[in-house]
Amino acid sequence: MLELLGKTKIDFMSKRFIAFALSGLLMLSGVAALVQISRGHANLGIDFSGGTALQVRFAQPVLLSDARAALAGGGFGDAELQEMKTGNALLVRVKRQTSIEEKAAEKISALLQQRFPGNTLTVESTMEIGPTIGQHLRDDAVLATTIALVGIMIYIALRFEFRFGVAAAIATIHDVLAVLGILYLLDKEITLLVITSLLTLAGYSLTDKVVVFDRIRENLRHRRQESITEVINASINKVLSRTVVVSLCMVLAVSALYWWGGEVLHDFSLAMLLGVVIGTYSSVFVASPLLILWRGPIRA
Amino acid sequence: MKRRIGIRLALIAATILVSLVLFLPSTPLYSSMPDWWKRYLPSQGVTLGLDLQGGMHVVLRVESDKAVEGIVDRALATLPPALIDRKLAGVTPKRIGPLELELDFTGQETEEATGTLRDGLIKLMEDSYPTLYNTDRTIPKEKGQPGRLVFRVRESDAARIKESAVSQALETIRNRVDQFGVAEPLIQRQETDQILVQLPGIKDPQRALDLIGRTAQLEFTLLDEESPVWSKLPAFVPVGQEETIVKEISPQLAADDELLFERETVKDTGDVRKRPYIVKRIPALTGDLLTDARVSIGQFNEAYVSITFNSAGAQLFKKVTTDNVKKRLAIVLDNTVYSAPVIQEPINNGRAQISGSFTTQQANDLAVVLRAGALPAPVTIIQNVTVGPTLGRDSIEAGIKAALVGAGLVLLFMLVYYRLSGLIADVALLFNVVLLVGALAMFGATLTLPGLAGIILTIGMAVDSNILIFERIREELRQQRPVRLAIDAGYEKAFVTIIDSHVTTLITALVLFMLGTGPIKGFAVTLSLGVTINLFTSIVGTRVVFDWISGRRKLDTLSI
Repeated sequence: MLELLGKTKIDFMSKRFIAFALSGLLMLSGVAALVQISRGHANLGIDFSGGTALQVRFAQPVLLSDARAALAGGGFGDAELQEMKTGNALLVRVKRQTSIEEKAAEKISALLQQRFPGNTLTVESTMEIGPTIGQHLRDDAVLATTIALVGIMIYIALRFEFRFGVAAAIATIHDVLAVLGILYLLDKEITLLVITSLLTLAGYSLTDKVVVFDRIRENLRHRRQESITEVINASINKVLSRTVVVSLCMVLAVSALYWWGGEVLHDFSLAMLLGVVIGTYSSVFVASPLLILWRGPIRA
Repeated sequence: MKRRIGIRLALIAATILVSLVLFLPSTPLYSSMPDWWKRYLPSQGVTLGLDLQGGMHVVLRVESDKAVEGIVDRALATLPPALIDRKLAGVTPKRIGPLELELDFTGQETEEATGTLRDGLIKLMEDSYPTLYNTDRTIPKEKGQPGRLVFRVRESDAARIKESAVSQALETIRNRVDQFGVAEPLIQRQETDQILVQLPGIKDPQRALDLIGRTAQLEFTLLDEESPVWSKLPAFVPVGQEETIVKEISPQLAADDELLFERETVKDTGDVRKRPYIVKRIPALTGDLLTDARVSIGQFNEAYVSITFNSAGAQLFKKVTTDNVKKRLAIVLDNTVYSAPVIQEPINNGRAQISGSFTTQQANDLAVVLRAGALPAPVTIIQNVTVGPTLGRDSIEAGIKAALVGAGLVLLFMLVYYRLSGLIADVALLFNVVLLVGALAMFGATLTLPGLAGIILTIGMAVDSNILIFERIREELRQQRPVRLAIDAGYEKAFVTIIDSHVTTLITALVLFMLGTGPIKGFAVTLSLGVTINLFTSIVGTRVVFDWISGRRKLDTLSI
């Protein structure tokens, strides 16, 4: 039997105050990110903020500063330029509310082609989003997430106890906020794809919490003599090897996406990677200690 | 016991077979399958989303308010002749709001005359313009009160017109796309006034956008050659200055005149400039009366569009050209003058030409939109996402490569860590993916980039289920339980956890599916299918293999 961890006997619950402090900080960054997003100060993707983005590929390399000058000359001084990792591609983003009738995308590619006449330019993708759409997408995402969380809380409350449901929901929110906060601090662009990754990691994190809670519930029934802290510690130690092995598998899979998944999946997999680590941490250090804070009817 | 294993094995074998058949069309292998296979078995692979195969995703909003405002426009256009018909003199119709028009008949000599005129007007409006109702806002019979009537578009009619404007726009856009020739376009209505157009694999997105977004309101309008304002007009206006000129000139124009421009390219320099025209506000003839529009090539090898009117249009055209010989008739498309030829002689055959400096392709597209008909109201593009075919291909290649590497690492890890049991789990995992892709193909779901994310989460959960079970079995084995019992206990205890974790995920997925839009929906579809399939493979699938192994002979050890 190959084992990463043998029998462990770690006192996780005694570390809960350190964990709460750390989690508080993480959540704070997440809340800050949310506030900044709603104020429109965060690095929001075009899909949410509205505006125009286009990705162009040149036959020969171009200087970023030349391209910037060309755009500034054509009235796009506020365009953000970014070089793509793969061959001579350039990402141009104009986040101000451009009405689509302006044909900003068309103008930008014309300006660039004018500046680099001998250099064949292909427009690989364009995205023009009107102001109402972004708002709509945001509302949709928030509504869906809220209802999903409530639904899960009800299910877990029915299957376990009410406090388990609340603890799982809080821990899941914690994970999503923490990842959002970190992405915000890294100044990553919050796009629809990143939101999808937050949903994905919420799903993963929830599964993880359910597994730990399941063991706690089982042990609460069988080990009535011990204190709740002891039961939780024992349960976490029991599922620890599973938790570590599963997280390792997820990290393997998501790292592959991060390294080889291409530009589009890059931020997505970064968010997932963070989510796996934080989700595993919070199952042990956030969700479980919450059960101690809120003692249910099973044991006083 | 043995018989039950047999049944379960058969069930699983059947599932594998069916899912393989559904899965194969999504793989490159499919092209080399024998003909009989292609003929009798499903050929529909997973549809790739626009982000993966390239294409265009456009959301248009129909300005249906404009269609309602059009009622007032049409009433204003047709009222003057109707007033003459009924001998109602001294009445000035004018617009006083988007949905309101006013009939001003002040200045009658006697109160009695005002009253008669008022009754005549109300009768005329009731007979000819049923969508407009008398608001009774002024009481003209009172002494000193001006003679005015205000008519407004009825609310119920406005709602109906808006509704039909959207459905008509949908139909028109569908016609245009059909004529443009795109494989598997998706054109559907969403919300109340939006139209979603998806054109996969499109090569020239700007052209497609012009084609579907253009109103294509064709009008034949007489120039007001007698207007004194002509002398104040410059011969040409530089591009971008049109607005200023319109602002400056418009107040001086007669009420029934307006200023429009023609785009001109200077042959030698290639510069573009605009030539202003004073035209009648009310068109003599509109494009809804035509039956056909074709591209033709003129004697100087220039492309033009020749149009044919229907019989009503032809008669009207004949009348207009007969009455206005030697005058100039502007051909106006979406408020831009294309040409303004002098009418040399009456035209009886109901044919006309639209020339301008077209390329053959532009002329061709114009013919398409004219044939498909004008949009009942202008549309604005509120979302346009276009992914070039190369970028889509790059994304999917990178995504697949990464997924293969990731899955390979996980499979290898399971094999090393759990040995024979790991192998069983690996086979189940592969089977899981095959089932999932097969199911996506069967339900006609679209695989998008977020959908790929859903698949990755599913794989993660599948691994999780197996690890849960294996760790439980190991725990039992550590307590010196016999293999047979350890397997049973392991599955039994893990079962509850697996159900709970899958149901919670399924709740999330279903809510996202019902409420999410676009990419989030794509994610939810793969996730819900994946979770359901997972539940099957992890609880029934691997179990039967373990039962089969341990049932054949008494095992002392288990490779786990």
